[in-house]
Amino acid sequence: MTIELKVNGRSVSVHADPATPLLYVLRDDLALNGAKYGCGLGQCGACTVHVDGRPVFSCVTPVAAIGGRSVRTIEGLGTLDKPGILQAAFEQEQAAQCGYCIAGMIMRAQALLERNADPSEAEIRAYMRTNLCRCGTHMRILRAVKRAAIMLKDARTETGAVQ
Amino acid sequence: MMSPIPARLSRRGFLGATGLVVAFSLAGRAFAQQSGGGEGGAGPAVLAPDLPGSLKSHPFLDAWIQIEEDRPITVFTGKVELGQGIKTALIQVAAEELDVEPAAIHLVTADTLLTPDEGLTAGSHSMQDSGTAIRNAAANVRMLLCAAAAEKWGVSAINVMTTGTGSLQAPDGRVVSYREIAATMSLHVTAIPDAPLRKPSVFRSIGKELPRVDIPAKITGGAAYIHDMRLPGMLHARVVRGPSVGTQVDKTDIDLVAAMPGIVKVVRKGAFMAVVAEKEWTAIQAMRQLQAGAFRRVAKPLPGKGVVETLKALPTQEIVILDTNAPVAPAVKTVSARYTRPWISHGSIGPSCALAHFEDGMMTVWTHSQGTFDVHRVVAELIGLPQEKVHAIHVEGAGCYGQNGADDVSADVAVIAKELPGRPIRLQWMREQEFGWEPLGPAMVTELRASLDTNNVIVDWRHEVWSNPHNNRPVGAGGVLAGSEVTPGFPVPEGKPIPMPEGDGSRNSNPLYALPNMHVLYHFLKDMPIRVSALRSLGAHLNVFSIESMLDELAKAGGIDPLALRLAHMKDERARAVMQLAAEKFDWSGRRPGDGRIGSGMGFARYKNLGAYCCVFLQVEIDRETGNLAVRRVVAAVDSGQAVNPDGIRNQVEGGIVQSLSWSSREEMTFDADTRKGFDWSSYPIFRFEEVPGSVEVHIVNQPDMPFLGTAEAAQGPTAAALANAIADATGIRLRDMPLSAAKIKAAIGVL
Repeated sequence: MTIELKVNGRSVSVHADPATPLLYVLRDDLALNGAKYGCGLGQCGACTVHVDGRPVFSCVTPVAAIGGRSVRTIEGLGTLDKPGILQAAFEQEQAAQCGYCIAGMIMRAQALLERNADPSEAEIRAYMRTNLCRCGTHMRILRAVKRAAIMLKDARTETGAVQ
Repeated sequence: MMSPIPARLSRRGFLGATGLVVAFSLAGRAFAQQSGGGEGGAGPAVLAPDLPGSLKSHPFLDAWIQIEEDRPITVFTGKVELGQGIKTALIQVAAEELDVEPAAIHLVTADTLLTPDEGLTAGSHSMQDSGTAIRNAAANVRMLLCAAAAEKWGVSAINVMTTGTGSLQAPDGRVVSYREIAATMSLHVTAIPDAPLRKPSVFRSIGKELPRVDIPAKITGGAAYIHDMRLPGMLHARVVRGPSVGTQVDKTDIDLVAAMPGIVKVVRKGAFMAVVAEKEWTAIQAMRQLQAGAFRRVAKPLPGKGVVETLKALPTQEIVILDTNAPVAPAVKTVSARYTRPWISHGSIGPSCALAHFEDGMMTVWTHSQGTFDVHRVVAELIGLPQEKVHAIHVEGAGCYGQNGADDVSADVAVIAKELPGRPIRLQWMREQEFGWEPLGPAMVTELRASLDTNNVIVDWRHEVWSNPHNNRPVGAGGVLAGSEVTPGFPVPEGKPIPMPEGDGSRNSNPLYALPNMHVLYHFLKDMPIRVSALRSLGAHLNVFSIESMLDELAKAGGIDPLALRLAHMKDERARAVMQLAAEKFDWSGRRPGDGRIGSGMGFARYKNLGAYCCVFLQVEIDRETGNLAVRRVVAAVDSGQAVNPDGIRNQVEGGIVQSLSWSSREEMTFDADTRKGFDWSSYPIFRFEEVPGSVEVHIVNQPDMPFLGTAEAAQGPTAAALANAIADATGIRLRDMPLSAAKIKAAIGVL
């Protein structure tokens, strides 16, 4: 069937079995690389994207369940030339080894910082526990999330903006 | 979309590369070569033994470096990016010796039509093999460019300077670009062994923390992985298998599935079965339907016993590793202990994936295997094509940490693509297939006995190790799963040990310490009741765990400080330096004594006694109610020789520490008679964020101008030992059987 979706601010329509997990629609129909197949079970977080600002495991979310809600993937956070704050923080901390988990990590961390702009170390660890990394890059990922929180704070101070 | 074809080479470059392919096949394979740490098949033949690194096998400069008018300087390596940052480090090395900006270098990684065959990317060998070759090749090229410019200008070559920007400068200020000079000369000449290298005092690239070249795409959703390749007309495949190695699905309704909308083909070749569909989700649903019925075990039952019982029941081949004798004072204290580790999964976050395209009689395979050239040979034999009709190209995958499903999935997809000429096929394994079918890291047993004299000198040291082969890397069709499934099948090759000094189960069983009487024996177990192969650090994980645990047990018996005992027996100054630096940064001498709850421990090794030196100190906190373990702080020091990218070294060592803590404290693949019991992240849990250490610090001892030492696997053994020693310091309990789990700690503590 034809399914209408809003992805990274763009309206798209795809032909898919309504039971298809969102992950495969993003990767195969919309050619978005960020969300990764890791387990298909919602256990590793490599497929994390946002639906109306909330982090979801796209590998276990049927595409037909999205409805009119907005989907955001890492491609929606920034680009090589204009990276988002978390992307910039991960680059500055060199917070990747193989990096297969990293897009999911960044999406999870983005959701955290949108809820809690100044999380403690324990809050970051607790929130990020849904996402697995096998290379052992955890310490850098934690540093990158903390760095992003500081960058956000600085950006707000500079612009005088209130979130 | 990622381009399926690597940057098109000019005619001259292509002919050069083709010439080299011919040279490989004429030269044959040398069985003594240790490229890739002795893993995989024999490395390429040695043609020039006096040249450094992989130049020995590929002495022509244009195999490594090509400078053409219309494209960036191209550097070729037979090694591959596994997430370890090797591309960045190799670019830095090339940029340094060519004296250009790193951005001016285009690096081509393993491709059977383009690059030198450097064997596997394994064993922490890439900097030693390829880094050394590229450095010396680049120095040769710079020397030749200077000579050609000198001739052009009629000046002495020593007066020609490089500018750091890809140009040469005469004493009078005249400047010419590398490209212009390169066009007047040939790089199809053999390297000389002693082309002058740039000195550390003038380094512009080596030693700098160049940001990793692969990270930007990985954090922005770029096409960074083989999983992200989308070829025109591509179909999606899934293999149909039982729940784990040694099983087969029983009768399934193939016709029904083949008739499902969107299914292109159900491929069957003997017991090999795969489903191919227009859409990935369709393929997955069809695979599930075909796997839904009963399965049966077609191999011998799994052992269903513990590590020691299973391994000690196997026939052994005895290999003497060390047997030294010297007169010593009488022993007054003797400690004996047995140590074990279980079967461990590689646990890649991304299940293995490969693509293949069979067109006009030519099979192209894109693979994230550590052995691109081995995939080439495996696929040719498996599908019955001459080797020149197979082209294998490496594209990065998720971290593998040894032989996961990468080689198997590459063979699978080639079998499928052969049945569907003209259509590119993408195959990814499912999570449960990766856990169920990849080769596991082998279980191992050691038994040690050591004695002290009255002065706390270690006067006797005995170490026996029992292990299956760690090197079952496929070099022919019999080494991959599909090889046993197709008809006629290919026999699974017999396991072979890797000889020392690299070793496999014996790796790092030879202590670096100066001990007068060392008796080390490897009980090599060629028969494998469970499918196993290389896992990062091979036998070093348990051998270093055993040696470094025993040293702490001896220190306790002798009533002396564990660091003091090690230093008293270590003559290697670089080893002493990393131990002392890590001890100082950890504040070992001022540490809080073990108090039942908190304790500290250390572990040291030089990887293979040939690679990087690594010393790890850590502090643990034990919850005595539950046995739960928290690693509060880790401090490590590492000496990798000349450090090319210090942050890359830190990243690898930090990762190795965290990964080894996860392996050593909670990981264990379990079995019943029919199947493996770990098939997802709940039945095979690994570290999550709340469990990783409070902090990890890595300090580098740089050694300017010293050879590069492989680093990526150096932390695995020392970390495991430091953990056991810290638990012992905290609780007085010596745990010798990994994983050092909360349940074992609690059982040892007993009821409070």
